[in-house]
Amino acid sequence: MRLNPNKSQVIAKTVIWSAAILVLLLLFSIILYILSKGIPNITWQFLTQIPSDMGRSGGILSCIVGTLSVTLVATLVATPLGVGTAFYLTEYTRESTITKIIRFSAESLAGIPSIVYGLFGFIFFVIYLKLGWSILSGGLTLAVMILPTIIRTSEEAIRTVPPIYREVSFSLGGTKWQTMIKVLIPTALPGIATGIILGIGRCVAETAAVILTAGSALRMPLSLFSPTRTMAVHFYILAREGISLERAYGTAALLIILILLINIGANLLVNRFMAKGH
Amino acid sequence: METTTGQSKISIRNLHFYYNKNEVIKALNLEVRANEILAVFGPANSGTTTLLRTLNRMSDLAAKVRIEGEIFLDGKNIHSPEISITELRRKVGMVFEVPTPLPMSIFDNIAYGPRLSGIKNKAALEEIVEKSLQMAVLWDEVKDRLHSSGMRLSGGQQQRLCIARILALQPEVILLDRPCSGLDPVSTSKIEESLRTLKEEFTIIIVPHNVQQAGRVADRVAFLLMGDLIEEGLAADVFANPKEKRTSDYITGRFG
Repeated sequence: MRLNPNKSQVIAKTVIWSAAILVLLLLFSIILYILSKGIPNITWQFLTQIPSDMGRSGGILSCIVGTLSVTLVATLVATPLGVGTAFYLTEYTRESTITKIIRFSAESLAGIPSIVYGLFGFIFFVIYLKLGWSILSGGLTLAVMILPTIIRTSEEAIRTVPPIYREVSFSLGGTKWQTMIKVLIPTALPGIATGIILGIGRCVAETAAVILTAGSALRMPLSLFSPTRTMAVHFYILAREGISLERAYGTAALLIILILLINIGANLLVNRFMAKGH
Repeated sequence: METTTGQSKISIRNLHFYYNKNEVIKALNLEVRANEILAVFGPANSGTTTLLRTLNRMSDLAAKVRIEGEIFLDGKNIHSPEISITELRRKVGMVFEVPTPLPMSIFDNIAYGPRLSGIKNKAALEEIVEKSLQMAVLWDEVKDRLHSSGMRLSGGQQQRLCIARILALQPEVILLDRPCSGLDPVSTSKIEESLRTLKEEFTIIIVPHNVQQAGRVADRVAFLLMGDLIEEGLAADVFANPKEKRTSDYITGRFG
């Protein structure tokens, strides 16, 4: 039986709408469930004290600091390397075997389970470079982990900049570097920022790679060489060892809020930077 | 019309341009005189755009390009190692076929070139922007919204913005590659009008989007066909009495 176009249109619309609504419902119910279970546990004390009695009491301040510092190290290391590589691939070289190898490696690295990065970080940063379980080891491991994401998204973003912008800039006496700084980066910024935000999200949420490289110490980290426990790891340990489910939910809710804030903040920054041109 | 007394600004001697293995321009000899408007016209793929892009070495950007022969700007070979390519491009400005404001404000678009060359003083930049916009006959239309995006202007205004952007660099030669091909007749005539004033100070080479435009704006014309220079001369002469049959066929619309 052939459907008439109107009927197939109605069916297609229904299917597409229901898919979207189903996904939204699923995501929202997870978030709402965690927030409703978690937010009652978020008290002033929870935010400002370090955990005591294995996390049964006290707060999670040291875990918040740990998460932020590990993420910060990872982002600060991976962003220049990743964006730099993307610019090398798009602007400073022609397609060749080398670019293909770089791209293939980045793609392969993107698909590796994070625990493998954890193992690599443990062997290389923790043991071989003698950095020990520390914020630095964790941050560097996460940097390696998010590098492929940043390279790929930045490369895509730079490629969407119309080629004529480059020509205009060159024709006005611009060098390659000036063109990159003044035209390409501002124009590709939203895409590059998306890659970095995705990377930050993965850092904040990561457990396997950091538990092996930053450790799971509960005390307040005092330097880059201190071991620490990130919020995600704390959540994992609290839930897995049945220490305190309420506090696990509290930590999870705070994680979600943190990621939300990072996203909003990054968007505001990008918009402010872009406002002049569009 | 007697405007051919100017001295030679650009000399092109025996220029061959190869793209891959195609010879896009064949043994071209052409003099461009100071303060004239030269129209280089011909059907698609005749090498007109390529010629323009060779003059400010934008053609260097493409891969698999080989250039033979010499091009002199004020007697200096533009391919010689002591010529700075950025300096050359500032002297020989280019307007592209599609109006292309950069994604920034009108002011920043015009100040882009001067800033690259190191001018940071705000008052100096403001003066350059105003002067350039006035020369491109755009100032009155945009003076109240210099800090809004250049991309919100109409097509004709955008193209005049592109002209102003080049004037801000105080160039010597202006290359225009079919600058009016997407524009309405009113915008086109505004641009042609500004070109007639600009030639007092600059040397202009235009690839017109049709023969009529060559007739309207050019002092001299050069007709290119498949990379060969078929005929050149005063616009009035060439259009009234073309020496070559191929030229007369083209301008009367028998082909192309």
